Amino acid sequence: MARAVSTRRKVMTTALAWAIGLLIFFPIYWTILTSFKTEAQAINNPPLFFGFDWTLENYSVVQERSDYMRFLWNSVIIAGGSTALGILVAVPAAWSMAFVPSRRTKDILLWMLSTKMLPAVGVLYPISLIFVEFNLLDTRIGLILVLMLINLPIIVWMLYTYFREIPGEILEAARMDGAGLREEILYVLTPMAIPGIASTVLLNVILAWNEAFWTLNLTAANAGPLTAFIASYSSPEGLFYAKLSAASTMAIAPILILGWFSQKQLVRGLTFGAVK
Amino acid sequence: MHLKNALRAATALTLISSVGASAETITIATVNNGDMIRMQGYTDDFTAKTGHTVEWVTLEENVLRQRVTTDITTKGGQFDIMTIGMYETPIWGANGWLVPLDDLSAEYDVDDILPAMRGGLSHDGTLYAAPFYGESSMVMYRTDLMEAAGLEMPEAPTWAFIREAAAAMTDRENDINGICLRGKAGWGEGGAFITVTANSFGARWFDEDWNAQFDQPQWKEALTFFVDMMNAYGPPGYATNGFNENLSLFQQGKCGMWIDATVAASFVTNPNDSTVADSVGFALAPDTGLGKRSNWLWAWALAIPAGTQKEAAAKEFIEWATSKDYIELVAKNEGWANVPPGARTSLYETPEYQEVPFAKMTLDSINAADPTNPTVDPVPYVGIQFVAIPEFAGIATEVSQEFSAVYAGQQTVEEALEKAQALTNDAMEAAGYR
Repeated sequence: MARAVSTRRKVMTTALAWAIGLLIFFPIYWTILTSFKTEAQAINNPPLFFGFDWTLENYSVVQERSDYMRFLWNSVIIAGGSTALGILVAVPAAWSMAFVPSRRTKDILLWMLSTKMLPAVGVLYPISLIFVEFNLLDTRIGLILVLMLINLPIIVWMLYTYFREIPGEILEAARMDGAGLREEILYVLTPMAIPGIASTVLLNVILAWNEAFWTLNLTAANAGPLTAFIASYSSPEGLFYAKLSAASTMAIAPILILGWFSQKQLVRGLTFGAVK
Repeated sequence: MHLKNALRAATALTLISSVGASAETITIATVNNGDMIRMQGYTDDFTAKTGHTVEWVTLEENVLRQRVTTDITTKGGQFDIMTIGMYETPIWGANGWLVPLDDLSAEYDVDDILPAMRGGLSHDGTLYAAPFYGESSMVMYRTDLMEAAGLEMPEAPTWAFIREAAAAMTDRENDINGICLRGKAGWGEGGAFITVTANSFGARWFDEDWNAQFDQPQWKEALTFFVDMMNAYGPPGYATNGFNENLSLFQQGKCGMWIDATVAASFVTNPNDSTVADSVGFALAPDTGLGKRSNWLWAWALAIPAGTQKEAAAKEFIEWATSKDYIELVAKNEGWANVPPGARTSLYETPEYQEVPFAKMTLDSINAADPTNPTVDPVPYVGIQFVAIPEFAGIATEVSQEFSAVYAGQQTVEEALEKAQALTNDAMEAAGYR
């Protein structure tokens, strides 16, 4: 009897999970579908799911109008660079908070997180003025720095949570064997926290890839990533939904593929430490 | 002989290097619309004529506005030319943020710019941005549905007629709405439309002492008229419809009438996109007999931010892009219906352009708009669908959100007007106008 209830519950849970999954995926599916329609088909009401002539015209128009590879390369450099730099800063910070906590550690962690609660536009002018002063406007290095700083609280928090799961005794043993701080972090802590670090890296690459406030406001013709590429196809006066969808599909494709292939690591990392 | 050759070579080298030195790369921030994208395609023509190359930064209108405002106020210097509208130009010109366009060449013929456009893009008589294209608003209607309803659209209709026609054309069974209008929140979306509608009902944003006027009967009359008509004959969910949504509805044959930007005329008459291309008529925006029509005036114009290092090249570009030659270039390659409209008087004197079905009504609509005298009663501001003060965008966005809540059935006309009155007066007091 208990097994029958359990099976029913399993079926229901699975069905619910599928329903939520499909609901979340639907906008992406719709965007991809629209990208293969003509502009007239894209706005058709009732919406066309099947029975339209698929066209690649939008992709060819987008390719012709924009230098996709330049935007893609900027996205790769900015997302990758800001994440790498963030990890470099956050690993020692999270180590000290997890293994050598002070009375203020919790406060500092909360304070770091509180910076995420400030609307980005609140610091648009100070950041812009700093960028003008240091000639960082429309440069990839400028965006790497800003995105690193923006995502740093999340990186530190995630790493701190993973590091807390690692027994301090192992590090003590390493110290007794003569390991210095550098060796301790590099050769003992990091290998043990690889799943956690991997999921932190993935999540931050996704966050940096999708960031669309600073990447639009601090770039012009040179350093614009794929968010700027998409923004150039949005228009309140003119119907360009099919082209916008094609541009969006091209922009999300790389990160979608990355997420697909790394979903195991991502889930493993996100649930790491969830069950004690 | 050797000396002669050496001199020749030196002269040639000097010439080449001087041409090389004067060739610049200019960066232009622009919006994503059909005319602007078309211009990007002709950049090679500009490069061939001047040697300058162009880098484009295309952004959505609201993003562009924020981006260029930040750039100009922080002296970021990222752009050599900015695409700005009639709202920003006089304000930025007065602040000294733009290079005056008072030394354009004689061939450019600055006097050919339509007077309404030139006036709206100037401050104290100095032109600060050259119009690439201009627009007003007008009635676009289905001639077949109008005929079936037994009505005839006058060239200059009243709101009462529009309401009567909307009632006659509405056919819910066949999914045809008598009228489609903007209800979407945002000062440039539904905010613009209800402002020009209110103008024609004798309402105004401010009296001469900058006191908000939403507590006056004209605003109540205008808003009540709009809401009643749209609830009865408009499309469901019109509170979230902007230009694109209505364009889409009209092109699919689901609107009897649509009152919106004159540039839409080329979209709805294009058989590739519109299912009703061959049955569209045009008329002036409606009035109530008080002397003001409910049409706006807008231009997307090219301006040079003060402080650019490439002012000369930027001016050359503006002269090229907004010239008579550019219009002819587009006409030659893509037909007269696709040239940027509403900027030059000579365009409307061209016999080929006069044959374009919407040309005359576009010009008449532009000429009927007077930004310096936009309302029935006197006002202290310039602008028809906007008030040319820096605070307006913020205030009008909030006010239009209150109005959209009425369209969505979330509050009454009276409640929305009361809130609009309070928030506008508060903001104007904080800004030091009152």
